[in-house]
Amino acid sequence: MCDQTFMAATFGPCDSCSKPSPLMNIYIKNEATNYCSLCVEMMACQGLQKGETLESLKRESETLKKKLEEERNKLNDVELHQVAEKVEVLSALSIKTRRVLKGHGNKVLCMDWCKDKRRMVSSSQDGKVIVWDAFTLNKEHGVPLPCTWVLACAYAPLRSLCLIMNGYLGLDNKCSVIPLSLDKNENLAAKKKSVAMHTNYVSGCSFTNSDMQLLTSSGDGTCALWDVESGQLLQSFHGHTADVLSLDLAPSETGNTFVSGGCDMKANVWDMRSGQNIQSFESHESDINCVKYYPSGDAFASASDDATCRFYDLRADREVAVYQKDSIIFGASTCDFSLSGRLLFAGYNDYTINVWDVLKGTRATILFGHENRVSRVRVSPDGTALGSASWDSTLRVSWSFSTGSNYIFRFIKLLFWVNSRLVLEFTVAF
Amino acid sequence: MTINTLAKGGCHREQMACFRKMEKVIVAMQDPDMGMKMRNQRLLITVIPHAMTGHDIITWLTHKYRISEEEALHLGNMLVKYGYIYPLKEPRCLVLRPDESPYRFQTPYFWTSTRWPASELDYAIYLAKKNIRKQGELMEYEKERYSLLHKRINHTWDFVVMQAREQLRSSKQRRKADRIVLECQEQAYWLINRPPVRSITLYCIQLYCVVHIEACRKALGRNRVKSSICLEGFLKYSEQYLNHDPIMQGCLPSNPWISDDTAHWTMNAEIVPVPTRLRVERWSFSFTELLNDAMGRKEFMTYLEKEFSAENLYFWQACEDIRHGENSKIVEKVEDVYKNFLAPGAARWVNIDSKTMDKTLEGIKRPHRFVMDDAQMHIYFLMKKDSYPRYLKSDLYKNMLAKAIVPQETKKSVFPFMRRQRHSSPSPAQTATQAAEEEGLAKGAGANSAAGSHF
Repeated sequence: MCDQTFMAATFGPCDSCSKPSPLMNIYIKNEATNYCSLCVEMMACQGLQKGETLESLKRESETLKKKLEEERNKLNDVELHQVAEKVEVLSALSIKTRRVLKGHGNKVLCMDWCKDKRRMVSSSQDGKVIVWDAFTLNKEHGVPLPCTWVLACAYAPLRSLCLIMNGYLGLDNKCSVIPLSLDKNENLAAKKKSVAMHTNYVSGCSFTNSDMQLLTSSGDGTCALWDVESGQLLQSFHGHTADVLSLDLAPSETGNTFVSGGCDMKANVWDMRSGQNIQSFESHESDINCVKYYPSGDAFASASDDATCRFYDLRADREVAVYQKDSIIFGASTCDFSLSGRLLFAGYNDYTINVWDVLKGTRATILFGHENRVSRVRVSPDGTALGSASWDSTLRVSWSFSTGSNYIFRFIKLLFWVNSRLVLEFTVAF
Repeated sequence: MTINTLAKGGCHREQMACFRKMEKVIVAMQDPDMGMKMRNQRLLITVIPHAMTGHDIITWLTHKYRISEEEALHLGNMLVKYGYIYPLKEPRCLVLRPDESPYRFQTPYFWTSTRWPASELDYAIYLAKKNIRKQGELMEYEKERYSLLHKRINHTWDFVVMQAREQLRSSKQRRKADRIVLECQEQAYWLINRPPVRSITLYCIQLYCVVHIEACRKALGRNRVKSSICLEGFLKYSEQYLNHDPIMQGCLPSNPWISDDTAHWTMNAEIVPVPTRLRVERWSFSFTELLNDAMGRKEFMTYLEKEFSAENLYFWQACEDIRHGENSKIVEKVEDVYKNFLAPGAARWVNIDSKTMDKTLEGIKRPHRFVMDDAQMHIYFLMKKDSYPRYLKSDLYKNMLAKAIVPQETKKSVFPFMRRQRHSSPSPAQTATQAAEEEGLAKGAGANSAAGSHF
């Protein structure tokens, strides 16, 4: 039992500012009162001019925040799941994992697909970056690196430049670019070229529409745009108040914006030209691990440690859906959309991949198979398969078997395996 | 989750969600019916109520969650480490011992989740209390921190000392057992929350406020679109692309991953003699789709040549090249673009409105990556609103659509265990080098530099 003698309110309205928050028990004029930590600080500094200015600033900040919420809600005339009622329910999805890529010696931290739709690059804590032909399961290149924290890798859009990120606390906070060549005997690591440099680990990277520019996000709370050729910093983006964990480029016509998510629970949209923070969304309850744009560019999804994924509409400027379930307790570390944007694949720290129906907000199916955290999921460029990387040191490729013709296949298969039974019980669903 | 073990504040960063789950466990442990059995413990000459032994804790955890003893010990250790249960003997050793050592629950007032982050003021009051209560009770590291705090938050020192005295005075009015309990709890709390080097000072709060106010003001001025319109947009998009999504609808002739047949990829390669029907249909979805597809762009170029407005597309391509190309070549490229497209009497003069033209010509004097943006945008929307819709209605497009292949669905092999040979494809690095060589040759032969084919 907890002590009956020392009962103190732990959470509730502050006696000074009336805001509900964690309370501290303090004495004022011999009376015990409960103040929130901010009011205590202000009490302690009474007599200073700063106290008064801070009070008014705080009030103004609060009022503006409320006003913003009201403005956002004014145009909120309908919810996504209501609008989605007229959409057909998804037919039962049958997604299976059929390829397992083994070869890394330690956790696989990141993977990316090549433009040719069958190759992928992966980076692992064993210090190696491997290029696979996932279709034939061949390993094509293996690049050993001096650093073991290779947190991310990506394929360049045009030439097969493989990008690697070296994020190592305090030692090598650089981003490097390696040109892949045919000659397998060539020492690829020697051709590594350092491009970006941050003051803390580099968490995410992406080439912009060409091989010449690189966008990085870092544990130092900033994102930066670099020129690959000269290694020069072209633009930096400040606004997050904690580590930035992920970023994604917008597939829009103008191609000028990107979104980033970080440990301050905020997702910010930036203009690449000016470095300005255009929009900000703060509704997650914990670190945002991954952000990904909806294929049309009008929205994006985020995956967070609070075990939810959320869908934000950029034109309406608000969160429109939350993908969560009581049975999902562990954080989501990665997410990606299917080609049409109807499905959202999210990898979780409980080793599973949950597939969400984006429009209806329900879970379509769940994929098992990995034996440790799923660190990255990516749909292949033509949408035919889903690649996933995990801390169990493997990569898996999964795809959907739910197409009409497949049922005919299954029908024949059943005929084969159910020997000479006269009555064949099966359901053929189309 | 961040790989930084020390966040900006300098204290250990943990996830609130974990704390809430731990609290659920703690609350279950204190359930009057199903919870743990408590007893009184003797500490020197005082009897401490509501204590339990380490052994009891482990047994309860093992039964309640149906886990092994090892796991229960591990879980119990976590509870002690994060301050939800504290040891009475050897308070500085935060370990769960599976024997008769006494432990108590921490009061919710001191739970990590409710008091996080522990502030400097708090810690100062605590140390001051300890100091006043008994001279010399502070440990070495506490003495250091006390003097550091005295310097740093000197302006609040009166308040600190006042609070410390008040708290000591009111605690004297409690029963001795309660007083000891409270002291133990507080001590446990501070042992866990070794204070950070600095917490958010008043100045930082002020700064955050100002930044937040600015951001809010800007956000208030945004143009927003009604939800119903935006959400319909998503529905339409998903519906439009449904047939193109292999995971939802499969693909023709077959999904290469399922059938081991790469026909689908060869049919949809970058450049093919005849494209598939789905691909050609996709060009009608949006202008970006058309431009992003190499074949689509080629077709559109052919159409524009017929309409004598091809210079628009060439111009747009050249601008894209400037925007995304190497930094070092920007000046030279801007020069080229000016010569070929903007200069009066240029070979491929583009028709831009005078205001944009003036602005661009001004900007060219000091060329940078985005100098052509306005002009490029103007031409892009011109093509999108004018040439593009006409292209979709043109014979050229309609013929393309008619000619396009609809691949036959591959019949599945009756024998499921017959696998096709999976062949390697040429590495993209190889095709890229070949393409680069060809490009080099083409350039050498003096082809139009402004065409700038990327593929």
